[in-house]
Amino acid sequence: MKAALRLLAAVVLTAACAPARAELDTMAQRMRACETCHGDRGRATPDGYFPRIAGKPAGYLYAQLLHFRSGRRQHAQMAYLLDRQTPAYLMRMATYFATLDLPYPAPPVPQASPAVLARGAALVRDGDPGRRLPACTDCHGAALTGLQPAVPGLLGLPQDYLAAQLGAWRSGTRKAREPDCMATIARQLDAGDIEAISAWLAAQPLPRDAHAPAGEVHGTLHCGSLEPTR
Amino acid sequence: MTRSRVAAALLFALLGTAAVLFGDRPTGDNGDAPQIAADIADPVARGAYLALAANCRGCHTARAGVAYAGGRAIPTPFGTFYAPNITPDDDTGIGRWDADDFWRALHEGRGDGGEPLYPVFPYTHYTKLTRRDADAMFAYLRSLPAERRENRGHALRFPYDQRWMLAGWRALFFTPGVYAADADRGAQWNRGAYLVQGLGHCGACHEARNALGAIRSREHPAGGIVLDWYAPALDVAREAGLHDWTHEQAVALLRDGQANGASTLGPMAEVVHDSLQHLEAEDLDAMVTYLQALPARDPAPSPPAPATDATIAASRERGGVLYRDHCADCHGRRAEGRSPAAPALAGNRALTMDSAVNPIRAILYGGFAPGTHAVPEPFGMPPFSAELDDQQIADILNWLRRDSAAAVVRDYDVRRQRTGPLW
Repeated sequence: MKAALRLLAAVVLTAACAPARAELDTMAQRMRACETCHGDRGRATPDGYFPRIAGKPAGYLYAQLLHFRSGRRQHAQMAYLLDRQTPAYLMRMATYFATLDLPYPAPPVPQASPAVLARGAALVRDGDPGRRLPACTDCHGAALTGLQPAVPGLLGLPQDYLAAQLGAWRSGTRKAREPDCMATIARQLDAGDIEAISAWLAAQPLPRDAHAPAGEVHGTLHCGSLEPTR
Repeated sequence: MTRSRVAAALLFALLGTAAVLFGDRPTGDNGDAPQIAADIADPVARGAYLALAANCRGCHTARAGVAYAGGRAIPTPFGTFYAPNITPDDDTGIGRWDADDFWRALHEGRGDGGEPLYPVFPYTHYTKLTRRDADAMFAYLRSLPAERRENRGHALRFPYDQRWMLAGWRALFFTPGVYAADADRGAQWNRGAYLVQGLGHCGACHEARNALGAIRSREHPAGGIVLDWYAPALDVAREAGLHDWTHEQAVALLRDGQANGASTLGPMAEVVHDSLQHLEAEDLDAMVTYLQALPARDPAPSPPAPATDATIAASRERGGVLYRDHCADCHGRRAEGRSPAAPALAGNRALTMDSAVNPIRAILYGGFAPGTHAVPEPFGMPPFSAELDDQQIADILNWLRRDSAAAVVRDYDVRRQRTGPLW
């Protein structure tokens, strides 16, 4: 009787544990390490600085992971998390987050004045030919949702994050592969431009189709980040 | 500056003035040291393997820098050292060195001008290498492309910036000498000893150092703080001793970065990733044979906190609640772990050893186990530095450590780990 009970217990335990094990042995579970900062499955946290990564193009995400390791992007915590992993695993991470198709929350109510927002809208849509500033839409897609496989969308990101990235590009602490067209552009921007662009972008709702389409970049600048990542 | 720091600085200065009288006491090569990678005939290829086993590249390469071209900052209690360029560039590297110069650096800890080298370069370990191995490593380094990269001067505090005073340190703490085989031990043990004590310089982190940065005892690897992490003692069962593990489990930990419910993090994850996972099976076997044969120590734990201390009881109680909210999802309600995603924390010696430095850093900065041949897609721990404050992290650890004799964790223990470079 005791033996039978023990056997029953073993069978029940095995049955209970086996699916649990398989359920845990997933990319989703592995990538929970990213969620304290980047939010549930990479959809960002409501009040955070850290960007949403869910649904960004895989080529862009993979390049960023490599950049954190090489110092093109400077973030000690990210470098620490990524330093001792294989490129194949980094690519799996990028692909995992790229394929997540999660809804976007409504954008926050903008704090900036209408004049600032108007200046931002004009720079994003038209650039400034006088300063040879291209429009964001030239490269980041007409809907600003990015282009596959390497151009990120610019919507659904916190204003602080957007402003910090443009500032970092301007000062040279963030770099892309040469020729670094974003650095060329950011160096043309002053603090007011950066505030206006980031305020307007952060206030836009996502279009119904928020995916990054495949498409041609219309910019005139040559961008190293569009070359396939080696 | 603490009193012990002042005393150490004074002692350093005194020794320096007195000890120019003392010479180094070299001991000869008995010719019986183990042969590593003996099957590789080409000295350059053999040197490449030896350099990999010694992980020269780890310190001598800056982030995104050219391999072996130097520049990585090594923070220590004495200041920051910058590893030099060891590519064969004539002006900034070791292009003008010959094999004798290289031997003098490894075996005697002296630069090409005869100047004493700082022991952050682990010549106290490399002195055990045979001339044959040193020559092979030199041949390998000479085969690398020369990279012109100016060396950066070390940024050391007075009086440690007075290089001539190293003469005193060396007189006290350094005796050059090639590894002499222990005839009472087998070939595998001797091979392991050569790898652990010499080439792999495990003791550079895992042996306790005194206030002058000298390893206290070569026979008793006792652990110590290095690169802001606690390198646990290799001869104590409740730290990193491998005595109670099977041989295969111990090999797996060194090779795969995780085994038997333990994962390597921090600098040790780098050692596994960059060096140990690439070693020949017979070398890992030998290291484990040696490590498992270390005379086990059982030092008295620090006295347990009085159970009646209300602040500790309150901290543990808060910790239990915080644990449920932040940790239980992955590590289980009773900290029993959820394989394969998260290890058990109950009874895990990484948590119950006296030093709380490593679990504090694991909670603050998270981290993945190293990606290795055997475990190419390891699970990761999220960083909680933004989500939890110092007291909350201390509370969680006090709850997890409640049944052990480990020291109570205070908020300032956590605060101390919030600054400095991440390794």
